[in-house]
Amino acid sequence: MGAIYIMWLRQLKRYWRSKPRMLGSLAQPLLFFVALGFGLGPIFQKAGSGNYLEFLGPGIITMSILFTAMFAGIEVIWDRQFGFLKETLVAPVSRFKIMLGRTLGGATTATLQGVVILILTFIIGFRISNPWNLIPALIFMFLTAMLFTALGTAIASKLEDMQAFPLIINFLIMPIFFLSGALFPLDNLPSILTTITRINPLSYCVDGLRGTLTGVYNFGMGVDLLVVSVLSIIVLAIGSYVFSKTEV
Amino acid sequence: MVNEKKSTKKIIEVENLVKNFEEIKAVKNISFSVQAGEIFAFLGPNGAGKTTTIKMLTTLLHPTSGKLLINGFDPVHQQSDARASFGIIFQDPSLDDELTALENLEFHGVLYKVPKKIRRERINQLLKFVELWDRRNDLVKHFSGGMKRRLEIARGLLHHPKILFLDEPTIGLDPQTRNHLWNYIKSLNEKEGMTVFLTTHYMEEAAKIADRIAIIDHGKIIKQGTVSDLKKATKTNSLEEAFLKLTGHSIREETAGAKEGFRAHARAWGRR
Repeated sequence: MGAIYIMWLRQLKRYWRSKPRMLGSLAQPLLFFVALGFGLGPIFQKAGSGNYLEFLGPGIITMSILFTAMFAGIEVIWDRQFGFLKETLVAPVSRFKIMLGRTLGGATTATLQGVVILILTFIIGFRISNPWNLIPALIFMFLTAMLFTALGTAIASKLEDMQAFPLIINFLIMPIFFLSGALFPLDNLPSILTTITRINPLSYCVDGLRGTLTGVYNFGMGVDLLVVSVLSIIVLAIGSYVFSKTEV
Repeated sequence: MVNEKKSTKKIIEVENLVKNFEEIKAVKNISFSVQAGEIFAFLGPNGAGKTTTIKMLTTLLHPTSGKLLINGFDPVHQQSDARASFGIIFQDPSLDDELTALENLEFHGVLYKVPKKIRRERINQLLKFVELWDRRNDLVKHFSGGMKRRLEIARGLLHHPKILFLDEPTIGLDPQTRNHLWNYIKSLNEKEGMTVFLTTHYMEEAAKIADRIAIIDHGKIIKQGTVSDLKKATKTNSLEEAFLKLTGHSIREETAGAKEGFRAHARAWGRR
């Protein structure tokens, strides 16, 4: 337990101490929320789909969690680069515990980031149907954070160098975000896009959060919860296997 | 404890150890052993295979072939037991810059399951020993190279390991700190019977502290024995002369592979 806790605590401390990163990662989702929300809002309304801010809010919260979680996972590369990874790899603690502590820590910071965005979008104009729904919403936010922190860690454990870093962002995070239903409704899409959005795990994260916060589901709460939690466990298992094979 | 040096228990055993990185043969079939309570030095030019050997002994790399035993445990298959047996001070930095000196030590103590009370006591004592007590709540990123080195040394000693690996521990330290460090390590070795496995480029340090020395070059052990054995065998008057006679005068280039490029890139990127 001690090892998991101290890994978790480390992630939190690092996050708390890098204020510029924290602020920087708030700016982008907010820009998306304001620009798209108010820019496309009237068209959305005219098309008869209702309030776009309400639709977009959960998508933007999920976006901030996706980015923070992936970057928290990818921090393994930094640890390798700056040598700290060796310190954790020679410790007499199972690699699974190290990985779990790291992932929980990264997921906690990503969830916190999501909560901050939730509050900010609320100030700007996003409304929630019922305050009690915040509890299941938090569960979805945390599961999303776990899934993508574990994914980031798994990828970073395999990467030897920083060169691949922009590739991950451009070829993984961006498509996951844009092809997820965070920005647009998933019905009446061309069939290729429908298939892609159904394969994309983030679609279920967004749908689950949107459903709990605003009451509108595409897949349904049961499906969302099942997909996101099963995937989290699978990715965590793969991640700890890959991490356990890490050599320095 | 006093007689530990005379015991014949082998605490590190290496037989026919080989490590290949794709086409590079880093370690070519080396064998040696270290007795419990001994101070053993690995000397060799850059790129000789010293660090690779230490990485294999400390479970960070898997050997291509050969037999390894650390405190009776196989670092490949009994990783946790092997890891609990040693402490290591790495050649490159391995601190978390975003944590304070105290937090780095606390983190280490928890990972190595040092009970809280003992942990606090030792941390205080070690911070005073390496003269970082006044800076204990400062982030490590504000430390100079020498201070970081001292903190790493304190950390490596925190869990009182049976075997201490020191991979060029005194690089970047002034003579005062070096002297201080070797005296402390010597006293731990004498008082607690801690086995020490070290590599260094400072021949006079090795000559002063090591009970036995192995000279390694191009991935092979060329000679091993006490300092006087080595001097006798090469008919020289100092360890440095013996070393140069055995390894030649040409200057070696360390293979700067992916890692160096990676480092340059990271610098260009800046840290977050």
